[in-house]
Amino acid sequence: MNRSRRLRLNIFRVTVFLAMGTFFLVPIAAMMEFSTRGRSDTGPRTMEAWTNIIKTPDLVAGILASLELAAITSIAMLVLLLPTMVWVRLRLPALHRIVEFLCLLPLVIPAIALVVGVFPINRWMRINISDSILLLSFFYLVLVMPYSYRALDAGLAAIDIKTLSEAARSLGAGWFTVMMRVIVPNMSSAILNASLLSVAVVLGEYTFANLLTYENLQVAIVYVGEVSATTSIAVAVASLLFAFALLMVLSFVGRPRERVARPEDPIPAPASRSLPLSDSFIGVPK
Amino acid sequence: MTAAGTPAANTAARPTGGGRRLPLTWLGVAPYFLYVGLFLLLPTVILAVGAFTDKEGNPTLSNVTAIGQPYLFSSFVGSAIISIVSALVGAIAGALLAYAVATGNPRGTLRRVVTSAAGVFAQFGGVTLVFAFIATLGTVGLVTVFLKDHGIDIFANGVWLYDPRGLTLIYTYFQIPLMVLVFLPALDGIRPQWREATESLGGNTWQYWRYVAGPLLAPAFLGCTLLLFANAFSAYATAAVLITQGGVLVPLQIAALFQSETGQAQPGLAKALALAMVVIVTIVMLLYALLQRRTSRWLR
Repeated sequence: MNRSRRLRLNIFRVTVFLAMGTFFLVPIAAMMEFSTRGRSDTGPRTMEAWTNIIKTPDLVAGILASLELAAITSIAMLVLLLPTMVWVRLRLPALHRIVEFLCLLPLVIPAIALVVGVFPINRWMRINISDSILLLSFFYLVLVMPYSYRALDAGLAAIDIKTLSEAARSLGAGWFTVMMRVIVPNMSSAILNASLLSVAVVLGEYTFANLLTYENLQVAIVYVGEVSATTSIAVAVASLLFAFALLMVLSFVGRPRERVARPEDPIPAPASRSLPLSDSFIGVPK
Repeated sequence: MTAAGTPAANTAARPTGGGRRLPLTWLGVAPYFLYVGLFLLLPTVILAVGAFTDKEGNPTLSNVTAIGQPYLFSSFVGSAIISIVSALVGAIAGALLAYAVATGNPRGTLRRVVTSAAGVFAQFGGVTLVFAFIATLGTVGLVTVFLKDHGIDIFANGVWLYDPRGLTLIYTYFQIPLMVLVFLPALDGIRPQWREATESLGGNTWQYWRYVAGPLLAPAFLGCTLLLFANAFSAYATAAVLITQGGVLVPLQIAALFQSETGQAQPGLAKALALAMVVIVTIVMLLYALLQRRTSRWLR
């Protein structure tokens, strides 16, 4: 590469990074600035909006509900998906395509469309089972399925579960032991990956909660925003930072580990190695 | 599970199991299929059937033909425009950023930070994102006030943040990072040797992009743009929080029908709109998958 071209390339790169850095960071900085504004334009900075968070019962309830939903959804996701995926790989490979198709299906059904179909089911459940907001986790599980499936699938592809489980079974382990003591420890980063993604999706969910008239964190933020913009922006910043922290953990921890048992092929499929996030994020309900 | 403790643990006795054991094997996937059937397939069927049923439960096409009404049709046009513009802007800006990343050190910190950040920002949407932009470009937002103090009034011709123009800008905030994530692998597939080969044959930069890199990247670029289109087309929360009146987009129209009296009068209409969305997103995603396959064949 000659000198002038390298120079031009470097100017281009610096310009792009500066422009993009500004576009992406200024709104976050603006939120923080906004949330510490005083009552008047000239007034001193104040943390009042932040302390108001805990003084607003609607917000506290919303935060707690969303955290509970996130926990329930990720546990339910693991309990439902992981054994099914392992079982299909070991015993019913013919079903692999069908399970994959069903898990990825929510990607082509926008949340706003799905919620219309879910409404009668939700009404039935409210009348016959419970009116609790935690019922939402049944629907959230569908929303997180594509992302969790991809994360878990990448984890399963990186280990040789057939050999591992046959070895364990021939030593007398039951299926529960195989799952909990052989497969799960061997794909802990993929499990963490899938769980954190589920938590992030659930904490940011608005469509289902709003249209099915439940008050989760995001719905509460919007309600409170109508009364006090600064308080709701403070919660928004807090929830954002929390989600960022989760996802940052995920993007650094979530790489397939090097020292786990692997198939004969020394190089796992490049797709699963490159970026555990890349495809996982497509179509997150916004 | 069920097969535990049977002699099947012995690999020699494993072959596909006897007729008696087959149902037990299938039992292992029963909870999954039960769940998916109830909470994914049933709602989809409710949508599909409801779209072709009137209030009394008789089959009808009136819901689908009602989409042709001007106020509903215009929401499709509105959704299409916002999705196309934000997809194009996102794709171009995202491709430039991806190129800036791809030309750097493949193991460098910068690349790692940008890809991680892209993963985080592509996920960022909905309520929080709208509040971020209100704090930035709202009438008393940080940037608005800053520019006003320096003599520039960005809202001189009226406040545009709360209409489709503002929404398009906000959408690019998650479209650009998504583009970086999906387009970077294609850029990584471009070999420096191809450029050297072009140069040794006397080609200049323009010719390299026009005849070598451009045609190779075109299917990937187009595919990623389609994905961005589907992404914007399905978004609801961001639009719902930002735009409070009027159903300028299909998702807002669905929500309005869903929550209003008119919606109750013709319950199939919201379902028909929702079904139309599903059909459009499915077609776009199929095209995306097709182009992705083509890309992966070329760039190895």
